[in-house]
Amino acid sequence: MEFEGKAHKFGDYINTDYIISGRYKFGITDPLELSKHIMEDIRPGFYDEIEQSDFIVAGRDFGCGSSREQAPLVIKTAGISAVIAKSFARIFYRNCINLGVFVIECNTDRIGQGDKLILDIDNNKLKNKTKDIEIPINFIPELVKKFLLVEGVIKYYKRNKGLRL
Amino acid sequence: MGKTIAEKILSNHANLSLKALDVAVCDVDFCYSQDGTSTLVIDSFNAFNEGQNKNPFPKYHMVIDHSAPSPSQSISRVHDKMRKFCKQYNLVCHDIGEGVCHEVIANQADVLPGQLICGADSHTCTLGAFGAFATGMGSTDIALILSSGGKNWFKVPESIKINLHNKLPKGVYAKDLVLYIAGMLKADGCTYKCLEYHGKGVNTLSMDARFTVSNMSVEVGAKAGIFMPDDITFEWLNKRERLNKHFTKSEFKDCYPDSDATYWKEIDIDLEKIVPQIAKPHRVDNTCEVTKVLGTKIDQVFIGTCTNGRLEDLRIASKILENQKVNAETRLIIAPASKDIYIKAIKEGIINILVRAGGCVITPGCGPCVGTHSGVPAKGENVLSTANRNFKGRMGNPDSYIYLASPATAAYSSIKGKISDPREIYK
Repeated sequence: MEFEGKAHKFGDYINTDYIISGRYKFGITDPLELSKHIMEDIRPGFYDEIEQSDFIVAGRDFGCGSSREQAPLVIKTAGISAVIAKSFARIFYRNCINLGVFVIECNTDRIGQGDKLILDIDNNKLKNKTKDIEIPINFIPELVKKFLLVEGVIKYYKRNKGLRL
Repeated sequence: MGKTIAEKILSNHANLSLKALDVAVCDVDFCYSQDGTSTLVIDSFNAFNEGQNKNPFPKYHMVIDHSAPSPSQSISRVHDKMRKFCKQYNLVCHDIGEGVCHEVIANQADVLPGQLICGADSHTCTLGAFGAFATGMGSTDIALILSSGGKNWFKVPESIKINLHNKLPKGVYAKDLVLYIAGMLKADGCTYKCLEYHGKGVNTLSMDARFTVSNMSVEVGAKAGIFMPDDITFEWLNKRERLNKHFTKSEFKDCYPDSDATYWKEIDIDLEKIVPQIAKPHRVDNTCEVTKVLGTKIDQVFIGTCTNGRLEDLRIASKILENQKVNAETRLIIAPASKDIYIKAIKEGIINILVRAGGCVITPGCGPCVGTHSGVPAKGENVLSTANRNFKGRMGNPDSYIYLASPATAAYSSIKGKISDPREIYK
């Protein structure tokens, strides 16, 4: 499995309130409508900048704060193929693998805004095409990979007829 | 090798001897969700359950607290969907005005020390105050529990032992302690860890104080924040009116860590040395001593939430506001954390004092904390809140500034119209 797209760079501690504000997530239940407000409070107009299969690239503790699953849901619906960050908050990380949103941990310092990236899941590789460098990524735990490769926990559960790890 | 409380509780629920970083399927004792997360729980449950027509795991409650009563047609649709789902499957739905989910569940559901509790709300860790392993999850994780007869997978966290010594000084409260911890450990200082509170200082903290501390465990990234049950816990457990059961310590032998347990880190905190703390915009760990920001103008004060809307908090606020007036240029909003607290506060005369002082009491629930209703600040305004988060836009306006502090600091600042040190009262 391989994804190719450009990087949208964010800083440290991007919380789930920033990813999708509480003033939208309660009332709007259509994921497509909701995703138009992605990152609105910190980067207005972000939704229009996203092209299918692009990446969100960030610093430390991406997804901290609220447990709202609408956060990974709008990321997925907006067309983002993976979130690449130095580290992730726990609940957000679980929510991503449950929904089949790829979460990749690595040092993101050598990825700039708009850089073209290729993420090769099978071989655990991340290439920055713009800078022509390869960036080592943290090992994706086997259980996490199992969920992600079938697009999340619902399909995993159905295929395995239960919660077999 | 001995076990931490996290290792013990998760081992008990997996029927395996687990140690930190192990992954296992565990039996969950109780789960819940609120109106910001329940529609996705229902959608995911229906997806898991497609073509099967199975009933959900029955130890599950829904709570309508985040936008209650509904401020809009779209949110009314959400509430309607929740009520219908609960009716269909004969589940308990705590409707508008019952209170914030964590407070309602702690007091009205059959939840106990040593249990494994999951909630579709990040502040589920609040229930660690009475010795449960309680953790926040997303909606699909809760739907998985509902679909699997109460099971989910867990990674056993490493634990951080926090030893509390001595006693908080006058005018300093549990909120100051937990803001001090957030400032020290930072927002990701405990990611995927369990915080365990130990030491003689724990005995000086009431249940309401412990709920405040456990509530904000997630603000340093922790999976849970646990106080071991003691006499104060059992007194509280046995006072839960709606459950009417009597518990003794001997029934909860498995809720205590072994003396030779291994901790990832140990931290000592001298409670006597803590001074009033405040979190400045727009991060919870952006803390300083209140004295560093004295005089900052405050347009709105909010006392309430799952962090600080309990009876003790309202009592502290009312003592400060008795025979006083809220500053003419400041608004004071109060949301009791539950209906039970509201009733007790009325009986004690607390509500009378708060309203006479100029406070505006709103429906028990989350109030303006999540920015959907009941006190959205205007552009450029400063808010002083007793909540747990001050992210940009959190209260519904990205152009406002939120400060977090104790109910005492909030109440005293509401009189002065600016950030003020509540210790001045005791001078």
